[in-house]
Amino acid sequence: MMDDLIWLIWTLAKIIGIAVPLILAVAYLTLAERKVIGFMQVRMGPNRVGPWGLFQPFADVLKLLMKEIILPAKSNRFLFLIAPVITLAPAFAAWAVVPFDDGIHLAQIDAGLLYILALTSLGVYGVIIAGWASNSKYAFLGAMRSAAQIVAYEIAMGFALVGVLIAAGTLNLNSIVTAQSGSLMHWYWLPLFPLLVIYFISGVAETNRAPFDVAEGESEIVAGFHVEYSGAAFAIFFLGEYANMILISALAALMFFGGWLSPFQGLGLEGTPLDFLTGSSFIWFFAKTCFFLYLYLWFRATFPRYRYDQIMRLGWKVFIPITIVWLLVVAVMVVYQIGWWW
Amino acid sequence: MTMPIEAIIFYFFAAILVGAALAVISVRNSVYAALFLVLAFFTSAGIWMLLEAEFLAITLVLVYVGAVMVLFLFVVMMLDIKVEPLKAGFARYLPVGAIVALVMAAEMFLVLGAKHFGMERFPVPQPNPLGYSNTEELGRVLYTEYYYPFEIAAVILLVAIVAAIALTLRKRPETKFQDPALQIQVRKEDRLRIVKMDAEKRADQ
Repeated sequence: MMDDLIWLIWTLAKIIGIAVPLILAVAYLTLAERKVIGFMQVRMGPNRVGPWGLFQPFADVLKLLMKEIILPAKSNRFLFLIAPVITLAPAFAAWAVVPFDDGIHLAQIDAGLLYILALTSLGVYGVIIAGWASNSKYAFLGAMRSAAQIVAYEIAMGFALVGVLIAAGTLNLNSIVTAQSGSLMHWYWLPLFPLLVIYFISGVAETNRAPFDVAEGESEIVAGFHVEYSGAAFAIFFLGEYANMILISALAALMFFGGWLSPFQGLGLEGTPLDFLTGSSFIWFFAKTCFFLYLYLWFRATFPRYRYDQIMRLGWKVFIPITIVWLLVVAVMVVYQIGWWW
Repeated sequence: MTMPIEAIIFYFFAAILVGAALAVISVRNSVYAALFLVLAFFTSAGIWMLLEAEFLAITLVLVYVGAVMVLFLFVVMMLDIKVEPLKAGFARYLPVGAIVALVMAAEMFLVLGAKHFGMERFPVPQPNPLGYSNTEELGRVLYTEYYYPFEIAAVILLVAIVAAIALTLRKRPETKFQDPALQIQVRKEDRLRIVKMDAEKRADQ
């Protein structure tokens, strides 16, 4: 009984140890987004709250929490309030199986990758329910667009990850990373390059980010599915969206860029004064995740919004066929041991 | 007598499952019914997880909750379902419905009855050894012992996909297609005409 209690407390501590840094990361990702896009557009970005605008996220959070949550008349009260939670919960729960370093994770399950796919596919419910419960045309249109888009890109994303499974021969995220050890050239970005590109673009589409953010296209449907939300309820949607962005980026780092493995590994630096660069570390994982997050911001500052029929065409008619062809290529390469990755 | 934790979890999930399943067929709002079905799927995935069948449990969530029910919800939300016309035929359909229900109950009794599937007929499942991978085991069995049924099922599904696509791809007068290859080849000359003309003078001057 005592053991169970200690185990429970320890697990809770680990959950808090993942969730709190994640929320902080979300807060500073919003600041980074505004700063980066600001610099790209030759502006300063937020610079009033704290030195260099560093306390801006806290000011935003405080403002959102103080605001009134407006319940639209004739909306479905229960579903309206639970929808943001449904968006947020899977985005955080998926982190349970993400390994941060070799063997450092909340839960190691053999079907880890499948678990992440299952949980990320649940996020769409929050969007649909929010759109329906708001009882508003704009919200409903946004929800419909978003749901169709997420379902379409989930398939391409799933297929891209199947390529990783074939290459690594396991669904366990920890083993997928250790299977890539060797050097920079052993990471899966090289043999699975088309799948990497498709995975990340699908990830951008899945999180409803620019240039695929038609679900909240301001010029057509105001703000899409969350048009009726205000205050803390809107903040939770926001939190879920950014947590999902971080998750997609972290998965890209784990599956195609060797997770916590050092890029200087296997370059002959072992034993030299630069030996400290070759060790695996959480810092590498963090840096790789940040790189992909930067890509998100870069895309948003660069590309104009896609037209809706073009999004659907890209997902169904371009990405899915390419992934299927590349799956065959990868399978042949693995079976006949072509290349040095397997 | 203290209940083992597995039993507590099982009864907890089972109660939710039965409650959600009852709600699916009893709530008036069809969107609620679809959402309760989602809850039912999710809870049964939890029960499968208790059986250490994590692959099947996660696949149930991924396929049914993540894909099938999203499309269901999609359709249900689009439809304008009125309750009154649905209730109108209740008395007329009742005998047929009752017969179907009876036949189904009898079939379930035959297959799942205590005579063939009772507790004493099956040994208590032993917990799997450490390092046992449900996923690996399933993959091995699917591609060796059940190779033909698996491939046949796959082909049947493929045929269903082809049929569904063929049904929607037919030419209808109201469908509009856009050819992106043609769209990107559009040049300025095709769309824009620049007219040169002399400046006009106002009539009153």
